[in-house]
Amino acid sequence: MLKQTLSALSCALFAAGACLADSYAITGARLETISGAGTIQGGTLVIKDGRILSVGTNVAIPADAEVIDAAGKVVTPGFTPGYSTLGLEEISLIDETVDDRHASDRFAAAVDVADAFNPASSLIPIARIEGITRAVIAPTVAAWGYDGGGRISLIAGRGALIDLSGTPQSLIRRSVGLFAELGEAGAAVAGGSRSVAMLELREALTDARDYANRRNAGWLERDRALSRLDLEALGPLLKRELPLVAHVHRASDIRALLRLAGEFGLDVVVLGGAEAWMLAEELSAANVAVILDPLQNLPASFEQLGARLDNAALLDAAGVTLAFAAPTPHNDRNIRQLAGNAVAYGLPRDSALAALTLGPLRIFGLDANGGTLAAGSIADVVVWDGDPLEVTTFADAVFIAGEKIPMESRQTKLRDRYLDLKRPLPPAYTKP
Amino acid sequence: MPEGRAKTAALLVLLATAGCAATPDREPVAPTPAPFASTYRALPSRATLLEHATILTGDGGRIDDGAILFDQGRIVAVGANVAAPDGATIVDVTGRWITPGLIDVHSHLGVYPSPAVEANSDGNEMSAPNTAEVWAEHSVWPQDPGFITALAGGITTLQILPGSANLFGGRSVTLKNVPARTTQAMKFPGAPYGLKMACGENPKRVYGKKGAAPTTRMGNVAGYRSAWIAAQKYQRDWEKVRSGESDEAPERNLQLETLAGVLAGEILVHNHCYRADEMATMLDLAAEFGYRVTAFHHAVEAYKVADLLAASDTCAAMWADWWGFKIEAYDGVRENIPMVDAAGACAIVHSDSEVGIQRLNQEAAKAMAAANRAGIPIDEARAIRWLTANPARALGIADQTGTLAAGMMADLVVWSGNPFSVYSRADQVYIDGARVYDRSDPARQPLADFSLGQP
Repeated sequence: MLKQTLSALSCALFAAGACLADSYAITGARLETISGAGTIQGGTLVIKDGRILSVGTNVAIPADAEVIDAAGKVVTPGFTPGYSTLGLEEISLIDETVDDRHASDRFAAAVDVADAFNPASSLIPIARIEGITRAVIAPTVAAWGYDGGGRISLIAGRGALIDLSGTPQSLIRRSVGLFAELGEAGAAVAGGSRSVAMLELREALTDARDYANRRNAGWLERDRALSRLDLEALGPLLKRELPLVAHVHRASDIRALLRLAGEFGLDVVVLGGAEAWMLAEELSAANVAVILDPLQNLPASFEQLGARLDNAALLDAAGVTLAFAAPTPHNDRNIRQLAGNAVAYGLPRDSALAALTLGPLRIFGLDANGGTLAAGSIADVVVWDGDPLEVTTFADAVFIAGEKIPMESRQTKLRDRYLDLKRPLPPAYTKP
Repeated sequence: MPEGRAKTAALLVLLATAGCAATPDREPVAPTPAPFASTYRALPSRATLLEHATILTGDGGRIDDGAILFDQGRIVAVGANVAAPDGATIVDVTGRWITPGLIDVHSHLGVYPSPAVEANSDGNEMSAPNTAEVWAEHSVWPQDPGFITALAGGITTLQILPGSANLFGGRSVTLKNVPARTTQAMKFPGAPYGLKMACGENPKRVYGKKGAAPTTRMGNVAGYRSAWIAAQKYQRDWEKVRSGESDEAPERNLQLETLAGVLAGEILVHNHCYRADEMATMLDLAAEFGYRVTAFHHAVEAYKVADLLAASDTCAAMWADWWGFKIEAYDGVRENIPMVDAAGACAIVHSDSEVGIQRLNQEAAKAMAAANRAGIPIDEARAIRWLTANPARALGIADQTGTLAAGMMADLVVWSGNPFSVYSRADQVYIDGARVYDRSDPARQPLADFSLGQP
């Protein structure tokens, strides 16, 4: 909506030559639609005004469309990590460049990463030229990348959905979920025990419920564990307007989360979930999704003793909705390698593609007009030079909200600067 | 070559041990066994012929519909037509690929094992910037479940390094990736020791925070130079004893013993270093003191000085795509490994990760594909060198393993398909001819003590 009206404006912010046409026709491709239409061989996909106009084998190509011959290529919706810190973190060990972790209180429900999001981060072009078009960004949870020296909170804050256009309009939606830390790290925050962490979370939710019910009556008769802003931020959680995304691995911790969800009527999502396969049926029955790194197969901690490479396959077989997350935002581009490995260990290929595209949007209730190749969908589209799950495949062309992005990044420029070390002038004079 | 090195090392140790006595024995004596010597014994094996495979030999060769015969732990023949002797097990591996066993030159398995609890965190002796006296093998926990998951990924040999907190982190150890009760039983027989050195951010951060030297990169370099000066003196003092010029043997010093081993060419330098300019500084440092840098590790900016690496015959061990976790890793490019290779230098793909080591082949595949996209043509036969022959060279064991040729150790992997595909998995792994891992045979799927009885 707003995004489209702004798309022409944002177009100007791309490097010169990025916006030659408003309309594109990708022809002769294998289209992975992630919809009821399934896979379409030799199909044509038309993009116009930021949206997918038509998809199929017998599709009219607008006269003004730039035609992209994609014979022998594969076309998918753009890929979306289900959890990322893109735009919140430039260099992990340079604190000044990192906004996804903070030293604030045990409860930071009101913290909104959207306020720190930097669409000009150098990580964004590096990810998008490899087919990442959107991301769910959120505060850091422990043991996912750097743990920030213990700077974590039981409730770390609210995540957002972004696209990777790099434009000021790339923040698509604030407050898509509340991110929480349970398990070992949550216990550490709560003074060393899982019981206390759950107790504190329960107290916070109870207070938030009371607060929501009585704030109009001027109710504030005793000290609460949380600030007024934090209590307000928990309100939408209790109304199931957004999910509680809890970083948990151990089966017993996941069960505790499910109990909590039942008690307070919450929508919950499991982030991590090394042992989620043990509860695949329960998670499926409770409609709880899992965002995971499918390469986790080591007993990296005592809460991941049951980690195994077919975790994704077992969860999918039970009907659990999945999304993937890479260990660091710098390599969000590798979520398709994660997906490929999950396929190597039993995940059906269609399920892997769905987990890269529609899955994360569905988990956060944002799938109404994205994540598929269907008429009317936002045109986040990638043309791959082969099987997108294969490690030897690269993106040929990437569209974000209908804009064809320039296929360059700080990394491609560094590469091109140094490809020839025998130039007469020092590399500093080569500015690709 | 490694044997010669080992003998000289033993001699040095002998001399050093003698130093404890008032008067060293200058008469030639039988070398005592090196301490903590390898007790590795190959697992049981039988003569085996694998036929109808696509074979990547590790040194750039490729044989389609090839066969490989091994017996008594060694490769007997590799080629298009290989006859099986009587009694040999013959396996038709049509559709599968065979490569040398993969070698990771940069692992912390055993010293930073899973689970990653503080009590088992033994990789960095962060008590002084020069801890050349520590040996990684004394931290290795052979029950780390990561050894076995690495084995399932085709890793047959790996170098375990101390961490990078220190200018001199200590000695590395090269292991055969066989399940064992002791570290000695994993030690690669005859492999030279390595010395872990580290440039850049890590030493200055670790000690800078403590208010101790080094707090800067120039402090780092002063630290290396002072240490090498002391090592030169130690070496000279021993030479005087050896030549009869002096009776006064210096007191044995574990730290200087390791550094002197480097100066004598017996211990290989593995230098953690990210930035191009720092690699150039370290090459000059090596020239000043007359040692060689065998390999720079991580080397995220190696592509900027690939010509210097080639000219100095220095390997670079790199990731396919890690970058940005610190500022000295900010300039990572996907083409780093192939750009180093294309410059004629020795390029290696390494893991530095208990996860990455399980699919080093995929890391190589990503780098190969990035190269081809950037106009640097590299095929599978060439790229497999990055994780076989080249790391073998950096570990000083290239005459033993890392390539598939008659007489070499029968360390090899049978892949379900092209190892440069995300879908391919190691079906069988052989070390010294023994089937140490088999995806289809539970009897050949080892399990660490720690994993026994767990979920």
